[in-house]
Amino acid sequence: MTELGLRFILSLTQIAVVVLIVIVTVLILTLAERKVLGWMQDRMGPMEVGPYGILQPFADAIKLFFKEDIVPAGANKFLFTAAPLLALIPAFIGFAVIPWGPDWTVELNGIVYKPFVISDINIGILYILAFASLGAYGIILGGWASNSKYSLLGGLRSAAQVISYELNVGLAIIGVIILAGSLSLVQITNAQSGWFWHWYLFAFPAPQIFAFVVYVISSVAETNRVPFDLPEAESELVAGFFTEYSGLRFAFFYLAEYANMILVSCIAAAMFLGGWNAPYPGTILDLLGFPSLAWIENTMWFAAKTYFFLFLFFWLRATLPRLRYDQLMRFGWKVMLPIALANIVVTSIAVYLFPNS
Amino acid sequence: MAQLVFGYFAGVIAVTAILVVALRNPVYSVLSLLIMFFHVAGLYITLHAEFLAAVQLIVYAGAILVLYLFVVMLLNAKQDDRYHRQWWVAGFVCVPLLLELLVLFAGGKMEPSPLLSADQAGPGTDNAKAIGITLFSTYLFPFEVASLILLVAMVGAIVLAKRDIGGSGA
Repeated sequence: MTELGLRFILSLTQIAVVVLIVIVTVLILTLAERKVLGWMQDRMGPMEVGPYGILQPFADAIKLFFKEDIVPAGANKFLFTAAPLLALIPAFIGFAVIPWGPDWTVELNGIVYKPFVISDINIGILYILAFASLGAYGIILGGWASNSKYSLLGGLRSAAQVISYELNVGLAIIGVIILAGSLSLVQITNAQSGWFWHWYLFAFPAPQIFAFVVYVISSVAETNRVPFDLPEAESELVAGFFTEYSGLRFAFFYLAEYANMILVSCIAAAMFLGGWNAPYPGTILDLLGFPSLAWIENTMWFAAKTYFFLFLFFWLRATLPRLRYDQLMRFGWKVMLPIALANIVVTSIAVYLFPNS
Repeated sequence: MAQLVFGYFAGVIAVTAILVVALRNPVYSVLSLLIMFFHVAGLYITLHAEFLAAVQLIVYAGAILVLYLFVVMLLNAKQDDRYHRQWWVAGFVCVPLLLELLVLFAGGKMEPSPLLSADQAGPGTDNAKAIGITLFSTYLFPFEVASLILLVAMVGAIVLAKRDIGGSGA
């Protein structure tokens, strides 16, 4: 087998595994969201399918799969079909540069590859931002192609919202990039090893607490979740840009929304909370004499941090009412943006004063 | 291999660029432009300029083109309204350009300039770092001037947009 072919197969395997993990996580999330919301509102959540309702995601998936696929009269059929894909692809493509576990290299038949990251490119975080910004196309085009006023309004709102808050996401992580001196997520995570006060959330000389808060709020807004779910506000816009969608195409939008949630949670965990690093130096499994199993502990830490953010999404949804549209815009441009900019200035000065810490 | 990749990107860029002006539906034009931006980014990557590729996507595809789409959808342009009697102006500009291109192809030996040919930096070095160092040392003054111009443009846009509602005491 040629070297190129082997490399190709290795990459495909990694991609397949990552996509599988993401889809399984989405299945878990759909159930977890309803369960968590249920508990917070003092009810049971779904209980019918399977013991304790744990098979509900499969029931949902089968239902969506067999639903009639409706294309509204007067809709632009080509764009109506393309929009869900345009929303889905950017949501999944970002996972290519997320480091899931320790920065190991494995050699197989003379090919060196990293088992826990599909591709360690030197502009990792910019790559994610570039594709995340394309997610807006699916939403806008879906809204426009539906030939419905509700959908169009939802799509336009989303366009303005995603552009505004994307800026804040980009500016919030610049502080971390200044501290790490690299755009690669692998290197950013490596730089946070050791005790938990080396995580960039707490790191000397410039703790990124404000940037972290800006990032979390902006990423909630970017994924169109409550309290920033104006593009799909049920009570005003029926369901916003996917009012006219049904069946599998609706499922694609749904999948994209949850995949985006997972992606922003992974980025938050990797950039601010040390990624796969445990809060203590090294790993316990390593100390116990299983260094080859240490990756399990590391990936579990990454999963725990990611799920913490996902829980935060549900928690916000259960707690906060929706913002009004002008409040949303004012908050984004007049509160979040100045904080993010000030954070960059402060971080730069701090790094200049303490260059070797 | 490299030739093949370049040929693909260049071909798609040329075709989609023509489609942008040739398509009748303005929304399709915008999408065609989107595909073109992607392939320009691809060209940057083949030149080991990953940072530029990412910036190309973030700035053009992610921000500017979304605004285009916004405007096109809001205006709901009638499909023929776009074609004013301007084609002869365009021809006036394009014919000399075409002639220049032909002269270039005929006269020049198509030697790649030494600046671009060998990837002097090599794939190993950090492309973003190299750009940063160049921008903030050699080209510091132009960089600052450019940012100032952008700031002035931004303020100007706000002033122009605000003038309409100035009477109502905004």
